Amino acid sequence: MSQSGAEGGKRFVLPASQFQQVFDALKRLGYQIIAPTLLDEAIVYEPVESVDELPAGFTDEQRAGVYRLKRRADKALFGYAVGPRSWKHYLYPPRQRLWQAKRDGNGGFQVIPEQEQIPRYAFVGVRACELAAIAIQDRVFLGEQHHDEYYRRRRENALLVAVNCVYPAGNCFCSSVGTGPRVQEGFDLAITEVLDGKSHFLVIEVGSERGAAVLEGVDVQTATEEQWQQAQQAVDSAARRILKHLDTTDLKELLYRHLDSPHWEAVAKRCLTCSNCTMVCPTCFCHTVEDITNLQGTVAERWRRWDSCFHIDFSYIHGSPVRVSEASRYRQWITHKLASWQDQFGTLGCVGCGRCITWCPVGIDITEEIRALRRSEEGRVAPTVPQEESHANT
Amino acid sequence: MVPRPFRLRQVRRETHDTFTLELEPADGSDSFCFRAGQFNMLYVFGVGEVPISISGNPTNPHVLMHTTREVGTVTKAMGKLRSGDVVGVRGPFGTPWPVEHAEGADVVIVAGGIGLAPLRPALYHLLAHRDRYGKIVLLYGTRTPGDILYRRELQRWRAQFDLEVHITVDRALSGWRGNVGVVTSLIARAPFDARNTVALVCGPEIMMRFTVLELQRRGVSPSHIYVSLERNMKCGVGMCGHCQLGPFFVCKDGPVFSYNKVQHLLEKREI
Repeated sequence: MSQSGAEGGKRFVLPASQFQQVFDALKRLGYQIIAPTLLDEAIVYEPVESVDELPAGFTDEQRAGVYRLKRRADKALFGYAVGPRSWKHYLYPPRQRLWQAKRDGNGGFQVIPEQEQIPRYAFVGVRACELAAIAIQDRVFLGEQHHDEYYRRRRENALLVAVNCVYPAGNCFCSSVGTGPRVQEGFDLAITEVLDGKSHFLVIEVGSERGAAVLEGVDVQTATEEQWQQAQQAVDSAARRILKHLDTTDLKELLYRHLDSPHWEAVAKRCLTCSNCTMVCPTCFCHTVEDITNLQGTVAERWRRWDSCFHIDFSYIHGSPVRVSEASRYRQWITHKLASWQDQFGTLGCVGCGRCITWCPVGIDITEEIRALRRSEEGRVAPTVPQEESHANT
Repeated sequence: MVPRPFRLRQVRRETHDTFTLELEPADGSDSFCFRAGQFNMLYVFGVGEVPISISGNPTNPHVLMHTTREVGTVTKAMGKLRSGDVVGVRGPFGTPWPVEHAEGADVVIVAGGIGLAPLRPALYHLLAHRDRYGKIVLLYGTRTPGDILYRRELQRWRAQFDLEVHITVDRALSGWRGNVGVVTSLIARAPFDARNTVALVCGPEIMMRFTVLELQRRGVSPSHIYVSLERNMKCGVGMCGHCQLGPFFVCKDGPVFSYNKVQHLLEKREI
């Protein structure tokens, strides 16, 4: 570390070839590193030991219903956008035991709270949209009235090493919802990767004392103004390459106006209600619980598991589910994400990461569905010929 | 949040498919405080957990009462429990009936079937503070005379001169000399001053919608009508997402809502 010391708000530079030093420092501090790596032909967040496990030289092609890894011409460490897994996988695991109960032989039982060993996670490669997603889940699980202890214990100790997006994917629309591509807040360290043909380095911003402590053991130099500007330009160019757009004007009112829209039937013809979108979504928090017992019936366990509003039994009350039709379930999902979430938590439930579009097996695009709702209103207010129709007539 | 063990003092059969659990804390603590209208998550060892409204007396925190119907796996297992058995309790959760807000007004309680269970604590409260209220009217509808809950208590209340009790059944059986018809048919001639009345309503959603229409026809303001809603619930604290009704989590924003808050949602299909 340079003589000046790594203080909050400071900017440093490290050659990409020396990035392992950051990993080593994290390990020395007792962190378990979770970072992007190749798994089953996708880039996912997994426990790693070395920078060699990062998907250097890979990028991802993403379109509606399409995800494909591609080779890059360079050796960029972070030259891709987000994959199917989000950090909620670690902060709010897909399956989590909540407690156990043991029979006491007296007609009763004793409840034993979960005593779990939780690693101190260091998340390396958290994108701006994902920082926003974590902040959103904080509001859900660390609310004023009720705290979820399982989430809190993971979240409190997690160190967030953010990465500025330089190569957005085809489904990214973070700029529409104000979450990216530049990381703004909520990180311990933030990295911008610069690769200009001649050099390959990382500009590192310090966002917290914990972040500064990591850099204590790393040979970083203070970034020059030129290096800082190069990093800024890289992120600026990323912002310009984000082509997907979600118009958020009046979004809540728009969706609330359309609870009875015939458009939901049109989506239901395509939607398989498979719940992929909710599994890959970094903010979706719905879960169910399962009770299991051992074969003797003396020990019972309560497990929590991710659930989805697309499942028909999600809304089941004696007799029948509330939301039987596919149309009502899609309407619930998108209305919650973009409208009622605002009433519940004061923000959108969408961070513009595009995962739900990429991983939808039939390529349903949340931004397109909103556009379709808006078009249906234009048709009513001022009768103009919709674009598709005029195209078909030519 | 983990369940607290409660020991079953008594299981009382109410009707052929309903029963009341009388519980007391098994962990040495001696009371359970709640407000009328709130619910608990009740856990049967190894079977599961369900939300059930509290049906006992809020002024007597030493015994916790739940009346429920055997409809699913957990409630059926609950019906097989015997005194001395232990169930897990998480709660109390949710919003209460606005019994303080109703002071000085007439109170009309409209219940359908098992919907009387979450309203009974409100009745206990009203009767314990009888001088603070105007007329108190209970309108109760069940499918058959055999489905009437809390029979003895209703007879006692009916014999009191400070509470009107009107009961109706959908289908009369031999020996029934009371009203026949839906509960909404009792509203038109019930004795309350519509301009100064708070209505507490609980029953199947369709019954509540028609009850509200009838109350409004009598002149009760929608802002003075309260309903208790039911949705799928897993957590009770607004985190599992199952009980969402538009912007509301029924478990923590409800189950008791003023009708004008949820009217636009209840009028939508599959919301």
